Amino acid sequence: MSFTAPDIPPADVFNRCVRCGLCLPTCPTYVETLVETSGPRGRIALIKAVAEGRLNLTSPGFVHQMSECLDCRACEAVCPSGVEYGRLLEPARTQVQRATAARQPWHVRTLRWFLLDRVFSSMALLRFVATLLRLSQKLGLQSLARATGLLRVLHLEDSEKLAPRISDRFFVPRDQRWSAEGKRKATVFMHAGCVMHVAFANVDEATVRVLQKAGCDVVAPSGQGCCGAINIHAGEMERGRQLAKRNITAFEGSGADVYIINAAGCGSTLKEYGNLFEDDPEWAQRAAAFSAQVRDVTEWLDEVGISPDLGAIERTITYQDPCHLVHAQRIAGAPRRLLAKIPGLRLREMPESSLCCGSAGIYNLTQPEMAERLQKRKVANIMRVTPEIVVTANPGCAMQMAAGLREAGAEISIKHVVEMLDEAYAAYSPSIRLEPASASSSV
Amino acid sequence: MRTDVSPNVLDELREIAGDSHVLTADEDLLTYGFDGTWYDQRPLAVVLPANTAEVSAIHKLATRERLAITPRALGSGLSGGAVPLSGSLILSIVRMNAILEIDETNHVAVVQPGVINADLQSAVEARGLFYPPDPSSYKQSAIGGNVAENAGGARCLKYGVTSNYVQALEIVLPDGAVFRTGGKMVKNVTGYDLRALFTGSEGTLGTITEITLRLIPKPKFSRTAMATFAKIDDAARTVTAVMAAGLIPTSIELLDNLTMQCLEEFSPAGLPLEADAILLFAVDGDHEAALDAESAEIERIARANGAGEIRVAHSQADSDRLWAARRVIAPALARKRPHRLGEDISIPRSAIPEMIARVRTIAARNNVIIPVFGHAGDGNLHPNILCDRRDAEEMKRVREAAREIFETAVDLGGTLSGEHGIGLLKKQFMEMDVGPEALRVMRAIKNALDPLGIMNPGKIFPDPGGVDAFTLPGVTS
Ligand SMILES: Cc1cc2nc3c(=O)[nH]c(=O)nc-3n(C[C@H](O)[C@H](O)[C@H](O)COP(=O)(O)OP(=O)(O)OC[C@H]3O[C@@H](n4cnc5c(N)ncnc54)[C@H](O)[C@@H]3O)c2cc1C
Ligand code: SF4
Ligand code: SF4
Repeated sequence: MSFTAPDIPPADVFNRCVRCGLCLPTCPTYVETLVETSGPRGRIALIKAVAEGRLNLTSPGFVHQMSECLDCRACEAVCPSGVEYGRLLEPARTQVQRATAARQPWHVRTLRWFLLDRVFSSMALLRFVATLLRLSQKLGLQSLARATGLLRVLHLEDSEKLAPRISDRFFVPRDQRWSAEGKRKATVFMHAGCVMHVAFANVDEATVRVLQKAGCDVVAPSGQGCCGAINIHAGEMERGRQLAKRNITAFEGSGADVYIINAAGCGSTLKEYGNLFEDDPEWAQRAAAFSAQVRDVTEWLDEVGISPDLGAIERTITYQDPCHLVHAQRIAGAPRRLLAKIPGLRLREMPESSLCCGSAGIYNLTQPEMAERLQKRKVANIMRVTPEIVVTANPGCAMQMAAGLREAGAEISIKHVVEMLDEAYAAYSPSIRLEPASASSSV
Repeated sequence: MRTDVSPNVLDELREIAGDSHVLTADEDLLTYGFDGTWYDQRPLAVVLPANTAEVSAIHKLATRERLAITPRALGSGLSGGAVPLSGSLILSIVRMNAILEIDETNHVAVVQPGVINADLQSAVEARGLFYPPDPSSYKQSAIGGNVAENAGGARCLKYGVTSNYVQALEIVLPDGAVFRTGGKMVKNVTGYDLRALFTGSEGTLGTITEITLRLIPKPKFSRTAMATFAKIDDAARTVTAVMAAGLIPTSIELLDNLTMQCLEEFSPAGLPLEADAILLFAVDGDHEAALDAESAEIERIARANGAGEIRVAHSQADSDRLWAARRVIAPALARKRPHRLGEDISIPRSAIPEMIARVRTIAARNNVIIPVFGHAGDGNLHPNILCDRRDAEEMKRVREAAREIFETAVDLGGTLSGEHGIGLLKKQFMEMDVGPEALRVMRAIKNALDPLGIMNPGKIFPDPGGVDAFTLPGVTS
């Protein structure tokens, strides 16, 4: 069985691979296994083989490889031939999912339906589930929550890891507007994220404050929802498109200069809406126009310049590059430049800072063993530079590393770049904090 | 030679290397069927041993069963060396990837063959030492593969190629016997130089399982400069003039206009697209004043030979960007046409201008696109014939152009391959290059060491009517 329309991995993309192998040492699953089949060059060859009818779409090795790949895009970022690997993997996964869905055990199907079709499609439902989780934590009913599988996705599996994970409030976008401090440079619309807005409301709040200080009017438009990343990465491109349309509709025509996102995974998806609608003349243009306005918060702050009123933070940190920031969006310098502006902060680079930590959407659920191997590898790399704080820019990475560090018994906290900036501003002048004035909790 | 492998033999392989290190699934055979070239074959199975003892046991088994073995490192080879022919087993040495020792007193590193070149470089540089051979593929090729191909690189102009650094080898012979040649001593002329024999043997004589490499102190300073030329001939003449003046830069790399276009598309490095060609120069050493003088002299010679602009890299980052661009040329060419036949001719330096002029004529005559880049200081050029394999008519012209390039190189006193090896790609041209007697000596050595012919069959030696670069079925479209 070969690929069938729609969503066929494009031949002009896989045919570009000249098999030079440069991507191999950047691939987390290759460096863990040292097996060619578990590397990008091998996976591209497999996708090509299926496309050309030399390999069956549902052959076990193919199904496994499409799942074992983290979609971290490290391979894509280094490829000199311009193989856009994400444009191969996402449709290939969609094909596998379509061809094998009927054969999946009922609980997997139910779980996928619940998570992908329901929870991540409705922010209200996600908040409701998160509230239940919070309650169940308090009441000690984790088993109920665990049964839903959501704990795993949110990396909340055991109660100790769970307790401080979900922030005690949500950041709900309802057309709020916050004014720029000082001279207004731009109006930005903020995408609040899905996991971010329930689990890391504090990061969303910090984002607003830091943007205000950078001279931006900030608006959190209602009507927005999950970006679709979780669905697209899980082989549900059609559902991903539905979610994308909702966001496009909520943001376009707003007059905003840029659309800001503080979750790297969501940002890369938002920036690729154009690709998602390639074959849809009605939406292609709107999607591309939307994507062109999306900026990661670190990218934007680096571009417009931030307020210099930064107090000192005497801490040693290391920075973990989120895959979807460094590889998919090619942003590595901006977060480091921003951090370098904070007086007193010492950045010690860890080895392999851009190697995936194993978080990758619902990867913990689908490939628990590899997820754990990569998590351990990341923790070991962090420990090598003994930081007090690990700074990153994506909620998935934050949770994955927090869980790993706690398991290793390390007293190292995790923060988002904007939280560091926010703290530094607070240290400079604590009187200007936005409501609710919470102590900045560790992510 | 066998063309299948029985379940019992597979079980024996699993006993040797462990269940998870013997791969037989369709998907695995598919991904181990190729290297950096365009062939697609299928190995019988893939085995990934962890140490010399396991490699030896695999060889013994293969000898008993008359199974062919194709050693494989990172699979970045550009001559098809790691492509498994006639039903070979792939013996992947990538799990043997430890740096065993860095001996700072004797200036040697002892490594397993799966260590990636870049990893070795950073490990020794952290101790103030230096391993010069730097194939452009240094991030994706292993020392084992480098030794087996006798790889070169940009810095080899000043520092020499891999074989100049191989001080000792541990080798598993085809029948499984393990032997060592060389040691930590610097000088060694006891008997035949077997290190030289195995370096560049392309997996046809045995499997290399340990390598002792000579290191040198890391030069303290380096400079990079780029010179642009409105005519590629002027660039070629500059190369010969600089070398004739007695200067020995670390590197002189040539990039023609087509090459620059492809690179700029990958990641803009600020290359001057209006130039017909550029030269990248690097100089290094321990005394800044000497480097200044050397740079000034190079600049003067370049100007005298028609250089336009000369840009000196002012920061390490600028310089790194230029060299990083240089290293990804080969794959970046895929941006122009789907396929390429990458040549690797090596000619006396004095013949560079003539060679480049003739390559341009050959391209025009055969109506093909041939960007040229390479380690110009060494006379090692990579004319790459860009093409689309699916177009049979075009491939005829490509083949003709390739043959003409080889003939021109030999005619100008050069050779087929400066660093990529012969493998599958150039074996049918071997005799034309080395002559019948040298070929007879090589065959005699091969037969003496590998009488059953189990090591990497189908490589290096011409087999009239056999497969070659153009006739080997490759499904890569
Ligand atoms: C983008 C690009 C740039 C390149 N630039 C250069 C360059 O500048 N200079 C250069 O010299 N080459 C270059 N190459 C070619 C290639 O990288 C080199 O030939 C390299 O040495 C191959 O190493 P590998 O680990 O990939 O070996 P492989 O491709 O896996 O194997 C190469 C050969 O070595 C044999 N072999 C591998 N391991 C062993 C072992 N342990 N024992 C015995 N035989 C073994 C194999 O059978 C095969 O014949 C380039 C390739 C690419 C893709
Ligand atoms: S780097 Fe690009 S061209 Fe090279 S093997 Fe990987 S995907 Fe293929
Ligand atoms: S996306 Fe990441 S895991 Fe997947 S092949 Fe590329 S580098 Fe490997």
